[in-house]
Amino acid sequence: MLGEGIIKGMLETAKNFAGSFVSEERLTTVEYPEQRIPTAENARVFPFLVYDGPDWQAGLRCVACQICEKECPPKCIYIEKSKDKKPDFVGKPQIYPAKFDIDISVCMSCQICVEVCPFEAIKMDTQFELATDDRFGGLLMDRQQLAKSNEYYHSIHPTEATEVDARLAQEKVAAEAKAKAAAQAAAAKAAAAKAETPATGGH
Amino acid sequence: MAATPISVTIDQIFILFRDWLDHFLPVAVRPFAAVVLGVIAIACVFPGLFALTTVFERKGLGRMQNRLGPNRVGPFGFFQPIADGIKALTKEDVIPFRADAVVHFIAPLVLVVAVFMGFAVLPMGRNMVLVDMDSGLLFFFAMGASTELSVFMAGWSSRNKYSILGAMRAVGQMISYEVPLLLSSVSVVMIAGSLSLTKIVEAQNHYTGIFPHWYVFTPWGFAAFLMFSIAATAETNRSPFDLPEGESELVAGYFTEYSGFKFALFFLGEYLGMFSISGLGATLFLGGWSAPLSFLNVIPSWIWFFSKVMAAIFIFIWMRGTLPRLRQDQLMNFAWKFVLPFTLLNLVVTALWRFMGEGWARWVVCTAILALAYVLMGRTGMHRKKFGPRSYRYAE
Repeated sequence: MLGEGIIKGMLETAKNFAGSFVSEERLTTVEYPEQRIPTAENARVFPFLVYDGPDWQAGLRCVACQICEKECPPKCIYIEKSKDKKPDFVGKPQIYPAKFDIDISVCMSCQICVEVCPFEAIKMDTQFELATDDRFGGLLMDRQQLAKSNEYYHSIHPTEATEVDARLAQEKVAAEAKAKAAAQAAAAKAAAAKAETPATGGH
Repeated sequence: MAATPISVTIDQIFILFRDWLDHFLPVAVRPFAAVVLGVIAIACVFPGLFALTTVFERKGLGRMQNRLGPNRVGPFGFFQPIADGIKALTKEDVIPFRADAVVHFIAPLVLVVAVFMGFAVLPMGRNMVLVDMDSGLLFFFAMGASTELSVFMAGWSSRNKYSILGAMRAVGQMISYEVPLLLSSVSVVMIAGSLSLTKIVEAQNHYTGIFPHWYVFTPWGFAAFLMFSIAATAETNRSPFDLPEGESELVAGYFTEYSGFKFALFFLGEYLGMFSISGLGATLFLGGWSAPLSFLNVIPSWIWFFSKVMAAIFIFIWMRGTLPRLRQDQLMNFAWKFVLPFTLLNLVVTALWRFMGEGWARWVVCTAILALAYVLMGRTGMHRKKFGPRSYRYAE
């Protein structure tokens, strides 16, 4: 009969109307600033710079090799190399970025900088609440704003950060072994030279 | 004064207040001042009701879609209309470069004024009618019809294809549904024998036992009420007849080119139209300000009137939350092939009811005729066209 469908539909909406007051699981709305859904582990927004240890300036992993700057498709990274050097995580003296700016109004979150970085120094952040009333200065992140600790990296991407740590530890062991071997070789060479010296001296 | 019971005092509180304010003035200006006070009351109450309705509508629609609706401004979001009002007032008022500026400016004013005029003849409580016109119903429809003018003014002056499309649709729709709207009220006039809305309410304000003699409780009255509701929904451009606005295809239709407070005026006009047509529906079929059960008459008459109006508004919102928009051809088919013939038949049935006299026979005969006609017309006229599975020539 005419109008049957309308009544059926009206009952359906009435059920929804009444149900939304009774059952909590009907209302799927998350009231955002107060309630939040935790971000997914693979979420990525803009890059940040990882540092080890307590001091961000001393622990910055970046060695200002500028690979990311060159690879960045929208060219949002700007790096200035330092004149002096500081020791990196294995103790080798390296130059560091005297200036490292990312313009997040230009960045397209492609993650290419992360993929090309040979030093595990740049990673993707999950922080998305970056709204500002200053569209130029407010969206240009400098070195200090970008530096975030390795612990923070662990908190946002635990799996990835553990892998990175393992890889770095391996590199460090390898570097130490190499250094040891080099030291041993040097020592052996020195010893050999020492042993040889009297002989030569004998001639 | 001491003899009147408290319920009567509360029932007449607004009239008494008006007369009290009036007696400070010189006798010569009293009748004029009384009218002005009434106008002020109407001009305050209905926009206030509009503000309340917008927030209730948004919250109710939200609940029907399992959302929360606005809940940020003030307690439970009830100050939302204030925020909306400030927003509308502070927005830039854009007038399109090629638009007919004068007509573009006047259109929203014409709409709001025409809609407000309708309230003048609605009895909102015992003795609470601004102008007790002998032909109140006629006046109401005349004013209701002039809203079409403003709609077309708005659409035409905007010089925008969406506006003119929306305006054409609106005028076509409003004229098509104006006819059944009028004809369904004519059956009430036939029984009540008067065009005065106060007389129509008086005619329904009797009780058998505790049950009222509302026209909706008679076969012809029920049928007329149904058709009146359909036509009223179409008249006020509400879903499922909201083609003139058609947010999804016409970007607000005839008021596409309006911004800021003029947009708000169109919005106000639409809601005031809903209130006035609901008020008229309540007056014609639901006994106006009379109580639904005789012993409930201790509750003031204006409370009954406004609760009937708000109940109608709730039905409007409920339908909006349920039904999809009609297509233009469906809309016209429905008006001319179903609603109009049915209201015409209902006029005959009403006459039959009038001349069959008291007794159970007229109940049986009238109900049978109307039910049969409803089923048959629904079957033959409104059956869905059968389309086969769609075939695509190029895309697959």
